[in-house]
Amino acid sequence: MSIQTVSALLSLVAILLLAAVFLRVRSLAHEGREYAPVQGNAYRIRNIGFWILVLVGLPITIWLFRETPYTAQAAAPQVINATGYQWYWDLDRDEVAAGTPVEFHVTSADVNHGFGIYDADGTLVAQTQAMPGYVNRLTHVFDAPGTYQILCLEYCGLVHHNMIAEILVTEGSTDG
Amino acid sequence: MADAAFTQGAETADRGRLWVVLYLATTGLVLLLMMLAGLWMRLAQSGWLDTDPALFYQLMTVHGTGMVGIAALGGAAVLWHFLSAHIRLHAWVMGANFWLFLIGVVAILAADFPGRFGGAWTFLYPLPASSQGVWPVWAAALHLGGLLVIGVGFLIWCLELARGIIATYGGLGRGLGWHVLFGGSTKDVPPPTVVAATMVAIVTILALIAGATVLVMSLINLAFPSVELNPLLAKNLIYFFGHTFINATIYMGVIAVYELLPRITGRPWKTTKVFLAGWTLSTTMVLIIFPHHLLMDFAMPVWAMAIGQVFSYVNSFPVLVVTGLGALAILHRSGIRWDIVSTLLLISVFGWMAGVIPAVIDATVAVNSVMHNTLWVPGHFHFYLLLGLLPMIFAFMIHLVRVEDVTPRGGDLAAILYLLFGLSFVTMFLVGGWASVPRRWAVHLPEWQIWDQIAVIAAAGVITLTTVFVAMFLARTPAMLAKG
Repeated sequence: MSIQTVSALLSLVAILLLAAVFLRVRSLAHEGREYAPVQGNAYRIRNIGFWILVLVGLPITIWLFRETPYTAQAAAPQVINATGYQWYWDLDRDEVAAGTPVEFHVTSADVNHGFGIYDADGTLVAQTQAMPGYVNRLTHVFDAPGTYQILCLEYCGLVHHNMIAEILVTEGSTDG
Repeated sequence: MADAAFTQGAETADRGRLWVVLYLATTGLVLLLMMLAGLWMRLAQSGWLDTDPALFYQLMTVHGTGMVGIAALGGAAVLWHFLSAHIRLHAWVMGANFWLFLIGVVAILAADFPGRFGGAWTFLYPLPASSQGVWPVWAAALHLGGLLVIGVGFLIWCLELARGIIATYGGLGRGLGWHVLFGGSTKDVPPPTVVAATMVAIVTILALIAGATVLVMSLINLAFPSVELNPLLAKNLIYFFGHTFINATIYMGVIAVYELLPRITGRPWKTTKVFLAGWTLSTTMVLIIFPHHLLMDFAMPVWAMAIGQVFSYVNSFPVLVVTGLGALAILHRSGIRWDIVSTLLLISVFGWMAGVIPAVIDATVAVNSVMHNTLWVPGHFHFYLLLGLLPMIFAFMIHLVRVEDVTPRGGDLAAILYLLFGLSFVTMFLVGGWASVPRRWAVHLPEWQIWDQIAVIAAAGVITLTTVFVAMFLARTPAMLAKG
């Protein structure tokens, strides 16, 4: 299951649960009760909710930070130097092998661009920003051969939506 | 602990009421225009309306900038009205801010339409100066200058808030209730409105200074291209400003929830230590979590990215367990009858809480790597602006023209329809993010357009209902003003 699908399902479930709570409060609001016991219950729920957020959620988000693209390094990667221009990508090579890490050295010659890698199904699999004066190193392993597209993911002016390049990912090894 | 004023039918002493009404009327009208611009963009993406990409990006720039502006204007009306009951404020500041706002709006409209400026609300350096001839330098300068004028107006406005709070409570720390939270004092406990206003003053002043700094730097670059900026520094300043400022508008708007729910239910919203701790946490977190906008800028220090991820999550605590749960507790079995005001307030709390969920998920680096700058992003911020902030403002508008009488009257069908259309609209953005659709694309691929087409229908419903709310306010305003 893709990260996108997991994120969407998580959001959906959490929002539906929240909506259920709101619907219950709405449906029972016409009943007039003393506030003190209602408030006491709310404080108990608040305390439980707070500690769940701290003891369960916080370790999870810290744990999730262990995997970031910032420090990923491969021993002998295939390297692609990518430069963004208004409005095209300049890649010094456009063919790599699947299964071997590819290190993209991404920069821009003019304004900010976004270097988004899309697989053959049109799913975004990795990205980094392309910024003038900086080179961002993005390491990615293409699991499957095919034609991948590079789409611009940072608004860069009039032809932003047409700033597309292609990378051919082949089976087997290619010189790095 | 202090109770919020919750006398049913009581009017709030407001020395700037005419300005508040003018702010709200302007908010309503500009909001409708900006929504129509948004509808046009979704029509273009859906393939139903052929639109020149240059015009699309001009509309996008006006829509983004305008919506941030009126979010602040509407939020400011809410905050000013209720804070006036606790603190003596100078009404001329509302006027000064309003006129500066209008001057800025005229400049931006002139820059974006005749001038064809389309650099987005983010005006990321060096795009304003580098359009490949699409817009002239004067248009970029006029747009940025207009933003600067609006920012100066809001800075003066926030300084007046800070002055009033300091004059009444003895300091901004006391406005946040630190003497209660850390010193154990039970004297001069600030009511929730004052606590929220103090937070807004602190964070917005800092945000506007950062925004003004990068705007002046960009204007200098436009005038003297040889004076170059560091693009990463400019990006940090822009997102610190933008993130903090737009968040502050929600913290302005939520004052309507703190003030109106107690009046409607007869139950007080107390300033407890948990409440104060929540707001102090929000003040800190809102200022430091902006790097979650820069998670794909690998040149940023890793510690900043860790703050962006982890503290974005922590920042959800006050929203969820203080304001959200507090509002639900006040409403639960309160014996009220739902009407349009109370239902809009309920929707606003739901919209804010629910919008936090996709926001926090996207602030996780592993997710951001495949969701950043997709439609997931406008999905989450439309969630808490369209279904959080705007219902707060609509509820306040209707409350005001009912001469602050909270006796329930009429039905709430319009509010429920607004929720349903709004949910459909933001869901289409989120679905687009799930499908990896890039944001800010004038032209969409055919396989993405089904989501855009559903969004168009939902947007039309949202605009219709918004027209109803704004018309309710405008139609009854003369009668309300006639009563003084």
